[in-house]
Amino acid sequence: MIYKLQFADLLPYWDVLVRGLAFTILLTLASTLSGVAVGTLGASARTFGPQWLSRLVGAYVELIRNTPFLVQLFFVYFGLPAAGLKLTETQAAFIAMTINLGAYSTEIIRAGIEATPKGVIEAGVSLAMTRLQVLRHVVLKPAFEKVWPALASQIIIVMLGSSVVSQISAEDLTYAANFIQSRNFRAFESYFVVALAYLMLAILARAILRALGSRLFPKA
Amino acid sequence: MPLVSIVDVRKSFGSNEVLKGVSLPVERGDVVAIVGRSGSGKSTLLRCINGLESHDSGTITVDGLEVGGAATDMRVLRRQVGMIFQQFNLFPHLTALGNVMLAPRIVLKMGEREARDIALDMLAKVGLADKRDNYPSQLSGGQQQRVAIARALAMRPMALLCDEITSALDPELINEVLRVVETLASEGMTLMLVTHEMRFARDVGTKLVFMHQGRVHEEGPPKALFAAPQTLELQQFIGASRA
Ligand SMILES: Nc1ncnc2c1ncn2[C@@H]1O[C@H](COP(=O)(O)OP(=O)(O)O)[C@@H](O)[C@H]1O
Ligand SMILES: [Mg+2]
Repeated sequence: MIYKLQFADLLPYWDVLVRGLAFTILLTLASTLSGVAVGTLGASARTFGPQWLSRLVGAYVELIRNTPFLVQLFFVYFGLPAAGLKLTETQAAFIAMTINLGAYSTEIIRAGIEATPKGVIEAGVSLAMTRLQVLRHVVLKPAFEKVWPALASQIIIVMLGSSVVSQISAEDLTYAANFIQSRNFRAFESYFVVALAYLMLAILARAILRALGSRLFPKA
Repeated sequence: MPLVSIVDVRKSFGSNEVLKGVSLPVERGDVVAIVGRSGSGKSTLLRCINGLESHDSGTITVDGLEVGGAATDMRVLRRQVGMIFQQFNLFPHLTALGNVMLAPRIVLKMGEREARDIALDMLAKVGLADKRDNYPSQLSGGQQQRVAIARALAMRPMALLCDEITSALDPELINEVLRVVETLASEGMTLMLVTHEMRFARDVGTKLVFMHQGRVHEEGPPKALFAAPQTLELQQFIGASRA
């Protein structure tokens, strides 16, 4: 018997799909902003901060980069309540993704900061800027420019990785696929459509980040 | 009291003693040309004056403020002495105007309008008013170095420290930078210039300092020293740079 594709069987669930899509987009957007903020602070602390802070951030980065995201997510969602912190699925997903992207982007942005020529920093210092002013006005922007493509890739990796938040029943795009195929038994069609949606999201995100990059870093 | 006073300054990097008791008074309006072989400690001396390096012993004061002194706010001191580098070190993400405006804005806390006016004045002074919107990557080396000079001048310093500021330039671009320095000198700016431009040192300098192995080996009026160096080392140095 040949399997007959029945995409029409998804139609009754279109609202579930749309909600899942919206959830994934918003979750990615929010955790990208907070994750890159964490990464910026982390990278600054790692390079311009006191040694104890730099070490602490280093430990955080290693911890996150050497453990699976799913375990980080479970730890936040199932583990933290034991410490008295009860979170909703959405909150847990957001926090886990922020922590995860924060660690990776700390390393990425740090590479950009460390590529700053020593003389450019000395020029800032010689103009009587504080270390913080040098970091903020002289170092960070060129650093971001240098690592923008790497950062954009990492953001997309995190967006695609966000599909595992369905494991704690956060109602994202993958959750929608799980839900629909459990109702209409159309696994192939459900996951196919959702895979396509992720692909579109990734392509769109890449285009947006590229446009943002040339907006932020105008130069001939 | 000299504007910049350097008294018996010593500085080591590890076991390598680079400055072995350097003393040098610099009066207001002096143009001090510092020459000497590579490795003789010229850059280190300049960098100790604005605290990019810290000296181990001896005293450096700028306008009465002691470099590295417990009571000295180094940022107040650094406003008085600008520094120009061999490699220009412009901020790559800012235009020429942005480069010149930044420190007046965030260090001197000037308003946008005022900082802009001063920056445009300074760019005009170095002959680059028309390049204000160019990024460093769009400027020649000579133009970049002139922007760097404008950037330092915008802080209204009392003295400028110039460390081989034409050494990274193609020969045909050297003169446009030297002309700017010469103008500053004629306007009474206090200058300390590490340079390999011997003719410039002789013609524009009010004082020549020959550094050798971490010491001021010989000093005096440039024309006199060039005509009749007292030490064998300076004789050899001048001979070598003529060749
Ligand atoms: N940051 C540093 N660390 C270690 N050694 C240094 C450093 N800066 C300069 N030196 C050494 O100090 C000596 C003098 O250097 P420098 O002041 O740059 O000489 P010059 O400018 O006259 O060529 C050289 O031997 C150089 O290798
Ligand atoms: Mg040098």
